[in-house]
Amino acid sequence: MKLALSWLKQYLKTDATPVEIAEKLTAIGLEVEEVIDNGKALAPFIIGEIKHKEKHPNADRLNVLTVWTGKENLQIVCGAPNCYVGMKSVLARPGDLIPKFNEKLEKGVIRGVESQGMMCAEDEIGLGTDHEGIMDLKTDKPAGTPVTEVIPCEVVFDVNVTPNRGDCFGVKGIARDLAATGIGEFVPNEVEEIRGTFASPITVTITDDNCKQFIGRYIRGVKNGPSPAWMQERLIAAGLRPISALVDITNYLNIGACRPLHVFDADKLTGNLVVRSAHAGEKLAALDEKEYTLSEGQVVIADDAGAQSIGGVMGGTPTGVTGETVNVFLEAAWFEPLSIAKTGRELNAESDSRQRYERGVDPASNLAGNHEATRLILDICGGEASEIVMAGSEPTWQQTIDFDWREVKRLTGMDIPLDQMVLILEKLGFTVKGNQVSVPSWRFNDVHEAADLVEEIIRIYGLDTLPANTMRAEKLPITTLMPAQKREIAIRRALAARGLCQALTWSFMDSRLAKYFGSKNIRIANPIASDLDEMRPSLVPNLLSAVKRNSDRGIKDVQLFEVGPEFYSLVPGEQRLVACGVRAGSWTPKHWLEATRSVDVFDAKADALAALAAIDAPANLQIFRNAPAWYHPGRSGSIQLGKNIVAVFGEIHPAILKVFDIKTPVCAFEVYMDAVPMPKAKGKTIKAIKLSSLMPLTRDFAFVMDKDTDASKVVAAILNTDKNLITDVSVFDVYEGEHLEPGKKSLAVQVTIQPTEKTMTDAEIETLSTQIINLVQRHTGAVLRT
Amino acid sequence: MQNQINTMKPELLAAIDNAANLQALDEIRVAALGKSGRITALMKNLGTLAPEERKAAGQILNTFKTEIATALDAKKQALETAELNARLANESVDVTLPIRPETTVGRIHPVSQVMEEMLTIFAQMGFDLAEGPDIEDDWHNFEALNIPPSHPSRQMQATFFMDGTTDKILRTQTSGVQIRTMEKGKLPIKIVAPGRTYRCDYDATHSPMFHQIEGLVIDKTTNLSHLKGVLEEFMKLFFETDDVALRFRPSYFPFTEPSYEADVGGALAKAIGKEWIELLGCGMVHPQVLRNCGIDPTEYQGFAFGCGIDRFAMLKYGIPDIRSFFEADMRWIKHYGFLPLDVPTITSGLSMNGGRK
Repeated sequence: MKLALSWLKQYLKTDATPVEIAEKLTAIGLEVEEVIDNGKALAPFIIGEIKHKEKHPNADRLNVLTVWTGKENLQIVCGAPNCYVGMKSVLARPGDLIPKFNEKLEKGVIRGVESQGMMCAEDEIGLGTDHEGIMDLKTDKPAGTPVTEVIPCEVVFDVNVTPNRGDCFGVKGIARDLAATGIGEFVPNEVEEIRGTFASPITVTITDDNCKQFIGRYIRGVKNGPSPAWMQERLIAAGLRPISALVDITNYLNIGACRPLHVFDADKLTGNLVVRSAHAGEKLAALDEKEYTLSEGQVVIADDAGAQSIGGVMGGTPTGVTGETVNVFLEAAWFEPLSIAKTGRELNAESDSRQRYERGVDPASNLAGNHEATRLILDICGGEASEIVMAGSEPTWQQTIDFDWREVKRLTGMDIPLDQMVLILEKLGFTVKGNQVSVPSWRFNDVHEAADLVEEIIRIYGLDTLPANTMRAEKLPITTLMPAQKREIAIRRALAARGLCQALTWSFMDSRLAKYFGSKNIRIANPIASDLDEMRPSLVPNLLSAVKRNSDRGIKDVQLFEVGPEFYSLVPGEQRLVACGVRAGSWTPKHWLEATRSVDVFDAKADALAALAAIDAPANLQIFRNAPAWYHPGRSGSIQLGKNIVAVFGEIHPAILKVFDIKTPVCAFEVYMDAVPMPKAKGKTIKAIKLSSLMPLTRDFAFVMDKDTDASKVVAAILNTDKNLITDVSVFDVYEGEHLEPGKKSLAVQVTIQPTEKTMTDAEIETLSTQIINLVQRHTGAVLRT
Repeated sequence: MQNQINTMKPELLAAIDNAANLQALDEIRVAALGKSGRITALMKNLGTLAPEERKAAGQILNTFKTEIATALDAKKQALETAELNARLANESVDVTLPIRPETTVGRIHPVSQVMEEMLTIFAQMGFDLAEGPDIEDDWHNFEALNIPPSHPSRQMQATFFMDGTTDKILRTQTSGVQIRTMEKGKLPIKIVAPGRTYRCDYDATHSPMFHQIEGLVIDKTTNLSHLKGVLEEFMKLFFETDDVALRFRPSYFPFTEPSYEADVGGALAKAIGKEWIELLGCGMVHPQVLRNCGIDPTEYQGFAFGCGIDRFAMLKYGIPDIRSFFEADMRWIKHYGFLPLDVPTITSGLSMNGGRK
């Protein structure tokens, strides 16, 4: 909210400087975002008087002016339609900073004619929004006088009012808060009661409980010209555009005293007014030039012809005041904050009135507000006021809190003398009788219990004396992280160590892509963009999009991973933590010494196994040839513990790459971290190692088998032959081709045998070899290659 | 015999000296000292001499033989050295060529790094780590936090709503974890809760997804002075400098009372040309929030704070645009990311920034 210093001083007697006031406002929770001092901005400008005017030789819309500065004549090219000889306006000379552009004016040549300065419109010097023409100062002061002597200069505070402080959406409320700090004295500007001289011809009834009170008054014989300059200046400083005296008066009290009001042109009303719920489908052309279609539950003020105003939110155009208005009906009403918020949100209608009502307008200000507005109307527009018309009654706002003053110390740790606490509350408008604290009407919506009073006291008192007490662990934790949290850190570091860069991508994605990744249809109703509308069912698609983006920037070899949630239900918590990685392009860059190769399924498998190892997954993992549909069906697999899939890996299906427009090969893995069981709790002791003094020996075998036989089964069969003696089996060759029958492959393995008690004899080794060959044949059908 | 030696000696020495390689040298050796070599023949001849002559001739011949053998050895060594030198010269490579290809070293994203840094500090202060779901219900994200429907502060948080339900949203703040922790009913509470949060906003300082960390302490004694102490200490440890000023500015959050925004001043702010930087929201937990979780506010009390992890990362490490955090641009991650062994610890300083980048 913007307010001018002069307006603040209407409610606050103070000698404090603008800087002191701004600092104090921020210190009590009314954050000043900016102090605008237009006097500073206007300082360079002087009055220039137009002495001569002629058409620009090369442009129809431009004039070439001769402008007298009091010392010399300047030639200025000007496009304003309103300039005339003898006019005094704001002159900017080369080097002057133009507030609107925040740039210094330079001498220029406009369409071939030199221009030695600029005559300014009000928006250019930061005074308003008008750009229709240059400012006509209409002053007796001579050319060369600083414009600050004829244009009123204001210091304006832009205050960020928090939503709990309805009362501070008015200058008066801000002044009261400031006064409580001792920076000045609050001036309440008591309102005089205005007695009417006749009965209002229009009456009001309330049929909707969301309007608690309506104070109306008929004022006849008004003249609705422009409002006085002082009022216009304050409204402009507050960022409002003066419209007409009647409208400006309501805006003035809205900003000044946080007192929303409305004025109907009484001659355009049909019959009496009723405050009621809107009928479904009822329409109203409102003052913001939009037509609203209303629904039941929204409060309107209607006459016999229908809804004429959205109560507390916005008036209607048909019954609005104009320059011809003679008789008016003034409304000072009170609406339930939640009702206003709901209506405003449903209609998407913004107004200063809504902003105040939904945060809570002083429920005891309806009558006084009507009197104050009437006073201003009579003073500025003339006319004659009727008696008050009243419907409903003042809503109950009275509350008394039983306040234990020790609460302040308990919650803040600060010792504040009782008399100071009492003084602060009293200055804020509370009434204190011992432990009984009564809340003022304008704080009805915000202060309800002891903690609220504590907040008020220390907000004004300040935290300068607040001690800083550090906190230490009472007993040092053995570990802070839960096992699952440790795993998340471990897996991140392990994958980074394998050359993958950690990405963080959105939790949402494009539903049109999600369908390829087992979409669970968990959609966002109001996505930030139409291609970010579904919660991701897998981390792969967002990383594929990242591969594509990188590729578009020239990075073809991509190594990325992410550890984050994927979603399978709308129920909170039904998400699972996944570590997912992708590699695209070549395994290593092109090199002078070694040929490079494309990334493939075995890179993804290696990443998955390393990730599982990093989180201490059990050793008895098994590999199966099944993976989700987004993987290449023949080059992908899953890693399982029994039936439990803990990871999947593989090359991405070419059809999926096509959808993402990726031209390089991509492999990926997904480790379902929640599916990996925690290791059984055991001591920290590591099993003792037996270091044999006997030399291990190796034997090579080559087996021929059906092409689709799993190599892992051959290896398992060998290991199972003698778990004591056989310590390792490594596959060192796979062959398919002309030397074998079609449909067959040959697998060469090296078996490491570690004798345990004594060196083995040739006969013993021969027996073991025969056992190996027999067992492999029995389990896989493979035969020794001859 | 002396005559024979006189003739043979210069001949042999010259031949040895001229031998081009080890093979030629060996041929000379065989021709002189081999079974049927010329010196061997002379040795054999000794037997034919008279015994009195034999002794003197034997001495002369032995001297000659030793002389030739020494010359052969010397030449052999010289030839071997020359041969090795020639081989080494032949084996030389261009050592300025690049090394063999290695898989590159990956990076930890700054958000994860900073999250770990924060946890390291809070662990020292005795905080536990808590977590909560990304998809939240209205109760945990709003109602229990004293934000009833139609409350104006709901508009302060542009919320993503889930389709097909009125109750589910993407959490706008990690504060829901406070509620979930308090609802479990185990007191006292001292937790931090980091995580993803979501708001319907997108510009240079707002991202529709970002990260927050939430702190909550509930016990029978914790008051505002502890909040001040914890945050002051945290700021100094996190930014790794004593030149950190903290300013508490009264503000409003429905779930705390009193509520403050904490601004950071000092070197950090000056570095970006500001006096104060708005960094986190905090306050004493609102009694209504405690009641909502079944905790008696006359018996228990405590503070809560929340701040953006991304924002802390941007400030500490000078990263300009929050949107770049989530673009997964390899160049960006390699530039701003952290090496896998750069694990934050209090012992060695939170940020090591060492190693090959």
